[in-house]
Amino acid sequence: MTLEINTLLAILAMAVATVLTRMSGLLLIRHVAMTEQTRTAIEAIPPAVLMAVIAPTAFATGWAETAACLVTALAARRLPMLASVAVGVASVAILRAVGL
Amino acid sequence: MLTQRRPIGDFLDGAKAILPLVVAVVPIGLVFGAVSVTKGLSALEATLMSALVFAGGSQFVAMDIWTYPASWAGVGFAALLVNIRHVLMSASLGTKMQAFSGWRRYAAMLFLADEIWAIAEFRAGVARLTPSRFAGIAMPFYLAWVASTLIGASLGAFLGDPAAIGLDFAFPAVFVVLAMGFWKGRETGSVLAASALAAVLVHQFVPGVWYIAAGALAGLAAALWTVKTKAVAA
Repeated sequence: MTLEINTLLAILAMAVATVLTRMSGLLLIRHVAMTEQTRTAIEAIPPAVLMAVIAPTAFATGWAETAACLVTALAARRLPMLASVAVGVASVAILRAVGL
Repeated sequence: MLTQRRPIGDFLDGAKAILPLVVAVVPIGLVFGAVSVTKGLSALEATLMSALVFAGGSQFVAMDIWTYPASWAGVGFAALLVNIRHVLMSASLGTKMQAFSGWRRYAAMLFLADEIWAIAEFRAGVARLTPSRFAGIAMPFYLAWVASTLIGASLGAFLGDPAAIGLDFAFPAVFVVLAMGFWKGRETGSVLAASALAAVLVHQFVPGVWYIAAGALAGLAAALWTVKTKAVAA
C-alpha cells in the first residue's frame, strides 16, 4: 500500500477535470434561456451521448460485437434490463467462440 | 402529506433500478483494478482513483497512457476530454432537478457517472426525481465501483481475461438497452444515426476519445436541424 506523490497529483488532476465537467452543465443552464431550440437540444442529449459511446463497439469492432448489439437491442424490447444484458453478454461470448 | 412518499422507500426504489448496472459494473471494476496494478499503481492508489475520479472511461484511458512517474497534465487533460460529455449530461439532468435545493444539485452532480445519469434521466421522464431517489441510484453504484476496484487490484493477475466469457461486453450492452429506452420516434432515429456515423468516422481517423464528443455534437446538430426544417415546413 504505497501512495506516490506523482500518482496522487495525477489522480487529483483527473478528479478536478472530471468535477469541472460535471458542474459546468449546471452552470450552463443557469445562463441559457429555455427556448424551444434549447429544449430540443437538451432532449436529444441522452440518446446522442449513449450512441456516441457505443458506436465504435457496435459498428467498428467486429461482427460478433455488431450482432450482439443487435440481439441486445431486440431483447431490450421485451425483457428487463438485467436479462437483456445477460442475453447480450452470452451472445457475444458464443459468437466469439465460434470465431465470428 | 398523504401523497408524499417516504424518503427511505424512494431510496430503495432507486437502488432497485440501478441493481442491474451494479451487477454489470463489478466485473469492469475488477478489471480496472487488475489493469492498474499491471501499470504500477498500488491497490491504494487504484482505489483512490476510483473513489475520487469515479469515471470509468477516463480511468481506463489514463491506464492506457500511464507513465512512470505519472504525468498529471497528460492524464488530467485526457480525463477532461473523455468526460466532456458530462457537460451535456449535467445540463440535461439539471433541468429535471426541481426537487433539489441549491447545494444538493451540485452535490448530486459529483456522482454523475453514465449509468447513474441514465437511470436518473429515465426516472425524471416518468416522475419527479427526488434527492432520496437519486441517492438510492448513486450510492450502491459508487460503492460497487470503489469496492470492485479494490478487490481487482488486490487479486490482480488471478482474475484472467474477462473478454473470454464476454464480460467486457456488459458495459456496451447496458448502453444499448438504455439507448433503446430513449426512443421517441423518427426524430430520435436521426439523432442516433448522426451520432453513430460521426462517432465511427472520428473513431477511425482521430486517435483518442474525440469520437464521443463528435458523436454527441452530431446528434445534437441532427435534433436542431430537424426542428428547423419542421419550423420551415409549418
